[in-house]
Amino acid sequence: MFENAGWLVVWPVLIPILGAALAAAAWGSERAQSTIGVAGLGAQLVASIALFTHVWNHGVVAMSMGGWQAPFGIALAADTLGAGLTLVGSFVGLIVALHGIGTTDTAHRRAGFFPLLLALMAGVAGAFLTSDIFNLYVWFEVTLISSFGLIVLGGRREQIDGAVKYAFLNLIATTLLLIAIGLLYGLTGTLNMADLSEKVASLPRDSTLETVALLFLVSLGMKAALFPLYFWLPAAYHTPLPTVSAIFAALLTKVGVYALIRVFALVFPENGDMARDAMIWVAVATMVLGALGALAEQDIRRFVSFTVVSGVGVMVGGLAIGTEKAFLGTVFYFVHSIMISAALFIAAGMIAQAGKATRIEELAGLYKRAPFLAVAFLIVGLSLAGVPPLAGFWPKVYLVQAGLDAGSAVLVAGILLSGFLTLVAVGRAFSLIFWRAGEDETPIPDAGALAKGSLGGFAVMTLVIGLYAAPVVEMSSRSAGELLSPDAYIKTVLGKTALGSPSAARAEDVPTAALSGLKEETR
Amino acid sequence: MEAAFSIVVGALFAVSVYLLLSGSLIRLLLGIFVLGNATHLLIFVAGRLMRNAPPLIPDGLKVADTVIANPLPQALILTAIVISFSLFSFLLVLAYRAYQSLDTVNTDEMRDAEPMPVPTILRGSDV
Repeated sequence: MFENAGWLVVWPVLIPILGAALAAAAWGSERAQSTIGVAGLGAQLVASIALFTHVWNHGVVAMSMGGWQAPFGIALAADTLGAGLTLVGSFVGLIVALHGIGTTDTAHRRAGFFPLLLALMAGVAGAFLTSDIFNLYVWFEVTLISSFGLIVLGGRREQIDGAVKYAFLNLIATTLLLIAIGLLYGLTGTLNMADLSEKVASLPRDSTLETVALLFLVSLGMKAALFPLYFWLPAAYHTPLPTVSAIFAALLTKVGVYALIRVFALVFPENGDMARDAMIWVAVATMVLGALGALAEQDIRRFVSFTVVSGVGVMVGGLAIGTEKAFLGTVFYFVHSIMISAALFIAAGMIAQAGKATRIEELAGLYKRAPFLAVAFLIVGLSLAGVPPLAGFWPKVYLVQAGLDAGSAVLVAGILLSGFLTLVAVGRAFSLIFWRAGEDETPIPDAGALAKGSLGGFAVMTLVIGLYAAPVVEMSSRSAGELLSPDAYIKTVLGKTALGSPSAARAEDVPTAALSGLKEETR
Repeated sequence: MEAAFSIVVGALFAVSVYLLLSGSLIRLLLGIFVLGNATHLLIFVAGRLMRNAPPLIPDGLKVADTVIANPLPQALILTAIVISFSLFSFLLVLAYRAYQSLDTVNTDEMRDAEPMPVPTILRGSDV
């Protein structure tokens, strides 16, 4: 059962599901749950490394669930983008779990922090690796229900308030996604994204298809926090525990962006003109308004929320241009943004703990009292703004180049303006929180090795990627190539090369006319 | 048949949008519920309505020999019903808890996470 390379795609999803079940079975034993949590996410990281290495050396891997060949069965598939993001995601998941051990208290762990975190990571990996669009919706719901549990951990008043807005708006977004999927199925009779790619290309370019593409943009844009649908994010992301905010910012909006990339690069590469035209303006508005929001914000954790929104705009801007260089920049920014968003929320949590306040005007003089935090926040913040030699600089270089090549002045202006505004916002936060002289000069009790280590780890990572960007550039460049010519992905998923289990029902055994929509459910 | 169903689906969407635009948490809950059901019916109609034989393949055959109803939309809807049921029950509990701890079901009064900003001016001497 292990000699088949297809199994590599399954493990990064299966391990956290099993871990979540085991951790839930160990309810009441915090120690066992913490061990299972860290071990499970560690194992997921190992599985993701194995998957990525294989995809890097041998190309796309696919596996049909239950032996039912795609497009009739559900297939999991990994190309460089999916495998790479699963790798970065599970790395961040592990660090956040370690941070969680250092910062959550007994009550949080009793309420199921680790089982929920594992379920969330399973959902994220599933969304990155599925090639079935209805299955993508199911993974969205898996991340959603576990994030509902995580956001209310602790149960403070403002958390309940934030959770109400988060839960209602995200549920509406996934329902809109389901509507889009249902209509797309009505048009094409298939749900497999590789199959959809071929079927949608042969459909007439009419208003029905445009509407479906726009519905995908609206629903996924709501999940990704795009203008004008991002208001739920700064209303909710600052309320939960810092660890939970970190994993949400790192992965949940990113899953929405990833789905946008998949849907518009694979399913609607030629169609969906209205959605594509709207996308560039929406992206520029998101990046600029996010940065302006960060500049105006008084609460340090809401400040970070707005920077997350701004980053989403940058990624979608690259998708809207859609050239090879633009995709390269988008994928690189994706990797950078996953790490930087987690790091910023961890830093904001440490600032709030150290200064015993979250309003920037009430915080002062932390440089003297917490020098490590000050340096780490500065590195992470400058990387966010895109200052060389940190990791945030390179993707913006590629995106600006792509914008110039494509003659898109609005994207170039948007990226430069949002970068400038972010730099001012980070500078303002840093000078007010750290440099401004404070009355209290007593040293702050140490935040703990796990909290400091996770923030320091991200700061070092962003510096290292900035100084030695070649591996990430190569990975992004290969992802960009695969997004623009997805033939290998389509062939592998549809089983035109020999993968999957030998007993798989071969697609050519069945007359397609009678089977336009017949598809085995293995859920 | 499909036209009639489409009108029903459209009416349900209209009802749910009307409810979702309300400021009361209870109406929002009902709106989400109607939205979910409208979506399930939409998938059902999108999969084409047919009064054919049930989707059963006779023994010994790999494919049905007559035209059969499309079973996939029903499988999709079943999955979606289970998911929306569980999420809806979470929302019910959350709304009740919000009522208990925030003492209101009016969304305009729920400002704990986003308190109305109090304008403050930082003078140069503070910095």
